[in-house]
Amino acid sequence: MSTDGANMLTETGADAATVIRLENITKRFGAITAVKDISLDLKENEFFALLGPSGCGKTTLLRMIAGFESLNEGRILLDGKDIAPLRPNRRPINLMFQSFALFPHMSVRANVSYGLEMEGVRGDELKSRVDRILETTQLTEYAGRKPDQLSGGQRQRVALARALVKEPRVLLLDEPLAALDKKLREHMQLELKRLQHEVGITFVVVTHDQEEALVMADRIALMRDGEVKQCASPAELYEHPNSRFVADFIGVMNFLDGEVSVEGVAVQGLGVLTGRSNGDTRTGDRACLAVRPERLTVAPATAERLTHDNVLDGTLTDIAYHGQDIGLHIAVGDNGQVLIARLSAAAEGAADFKVGDTVQVGWQTQNALILPDDSKT
Amino acid sequence: MSSRIPRRRDPAKLFLGGHLWLVYTFLYVPILVLMALSFNDLGLPTAWGGFSLKWYGELAQNDAVLRAALNTVIVAVVSTILATLLGTLLAFGVERRQRRNNTMEALLFAPMIIPDIVLAIALLSFFTALNFTLGLHSIIMSHVVFNIAFVCAVVRTRLRNFDFSIVEASIDLGAGEVTTFRRVTLPAIFPGVLAGGLLAFTLSVDEFIIAYFTAGAGQGSTTLPMQIYSMIRFGVTPEINAMATIVMLVSFTLVFISQRIDRKAISQ
Repeated sequence: MSTDGANMLTETGADAATVIRLENITKRFGAITAVKDISLDLKENEFFALLGPSGCGKTTLLRMIAGFESLNEGRILLDGKDIAPLRPNRRPINLMFQSFALFPHMSVRANVSYGLEMEGVRGDELKSRVDRILETTQLTEYAGRKPDQLSGGQRQRVALARALVKEPRVLLLDEPLAALDKKLREHMQLELKRLQHEVGITFVVVTHDQEEALVMADRIALMRDGEVKQCASPAELYEHPNSRFVADFIGVMNFLDGEVSVEGVAVQGLGVLTGRSNGDTRTGDRACLAVRPERLTVAPATAERLTHDNVLDGTLTDIAYHGQDIGLHIAVGDNGQVLIARLSAAAEGAADFKVGDTVQVGWQTQNALILPDDSKT
Repeated sequence: MSSRIPRRRDPAKLFLGGHLWLVYTFLYVPILVLMALSFNDLGLPTAWGGFSLKWYGELAQNDAVLRAALNTVIVAVVSTILATLLGTLLAFGVERRQRRNNTMEALLFAPMIIPDIVLAIALLSFFTALNFTLGLHSIIMSHVVFNIAFVCAVVRTRLRNFDFSIVEASIDLGAGEVTTFRRVTLPAIFPGVLAGGLLAFTLSVDEFIIAYFTAGAGQGSTTLPMQIYSMIRFGVTPEINAMATIVMLVSFTLVFISQRIDRKAISQ
């Protein structure tokens, strides 16, 4: 696909047209409510991720959109029309299964052709459309092979090609990378993103891997216990989590529990610490101060006093070497609180830290967040 | 280096190897003798009178034997088709059930475990109680009853490795239920269905007790095993040897074919 002027018109994000609207969807399995009153808009040409721990209802939601699960309450609108009466084989939506679900007795070409044959596509059109998608997914030379003669990555591409060749309005992907090993997974994250751009179809991917969601998605809905806790862009989710759960799930976060005071959060043994408040907490509430490891500045106790808004004294208890950067575990206060700071291995003095050193650790008010405590006990 | 170390045969290996040859001997020598005797011109188990096909010729002249063979083929073919169909369906039903019930599972296997004689008497009583006319059809029904269990067991082993999401994938790609079964489900499990069918056929061909009890009176519904049984009361004749040889060749051919198909299915 060329990147000419016409392509610029297909926008992604908040301004684009809604393809699928989920309205107050609820799904119950017996006494268990798997999905609770979820409303979401999925946009044209968007890479959307449903992220959450296992059992949060994300796969159920995906299967409801595909038509394999019924709804107890709510509506699913596709281009403004309720798709409840449409059986899964009549929906212009395709699902890529976690197991890939390739037909074992059919060649790659037969697998990919299957969906088009069901639409009544025959002859030259069938051949050219299948050829085109095989080329896009770099499968042309494997067209004659059976699924068990392919590697995991190739099987995944066949599953993709088989769904994409039907040119659905929306492609649903259930843990598309879970079956692949780590190296291949990282490669395929970018590959999926490239493909999505190339075909211009809305992708909805279900994943439990926050890193995967951050790398691939334009927008992420983070779910827990059948509810969407926050729906935002990866950067927004990382920088402005709206709750302790979100902050904890996305990336690495330090938490200091305390009580909201006028100036910040009063943490036992550490005094009042400052951070940004998003307005969800009131004075006297239980809350936590959250700060990312890379936002912490660490200096030896013997060095000049840090000038940050918050400075704590502590002891280095552990040093984790990650290659490009190092993680410093710093015990602060007398209540066993530990802050993890990350600094570049190339940073000045980074190599001089030793376990047992007394250090000072500081951060600016704008780099910490005051979040309501929604963690479960 | 290793050639300098004196070779010591492991006694356990020697024993097991010897045992293996003993088993082969006991299994196949009698069969080979039987086959050889079927070509014995003299027709005596004690003396060899030269190679001859005359017992096969006589077999071809024996109307009772031919009729019994035809009956056996009818019973085996019809009961195999029915048992394969019903057994496969049963296997699907059981494997797709969400809640597993141990009692139900055990009841499914019962026809494989219940002694044939018990099943035979039970079926006979059942047919009699219903005032059912006995004949080939009652043998067929009885064979279907126990063969369903065997087919079900064979197909289930295949289904256990069956990824049911390919059924949903087919529907997701726009196929209906019937198309999905014809183009996806059945081809994927076909080797299992075929293996189950061949097993059912083999079991039906040489089944004696149940057929004997449910055949009813008269010669009309005599099957091959029943025919052999009635002939053998006057001693083992060379004709019986010839018949046994044919039956065995048919079985071997079937097993050979089924293994070829299975290997082909696996290599695909």
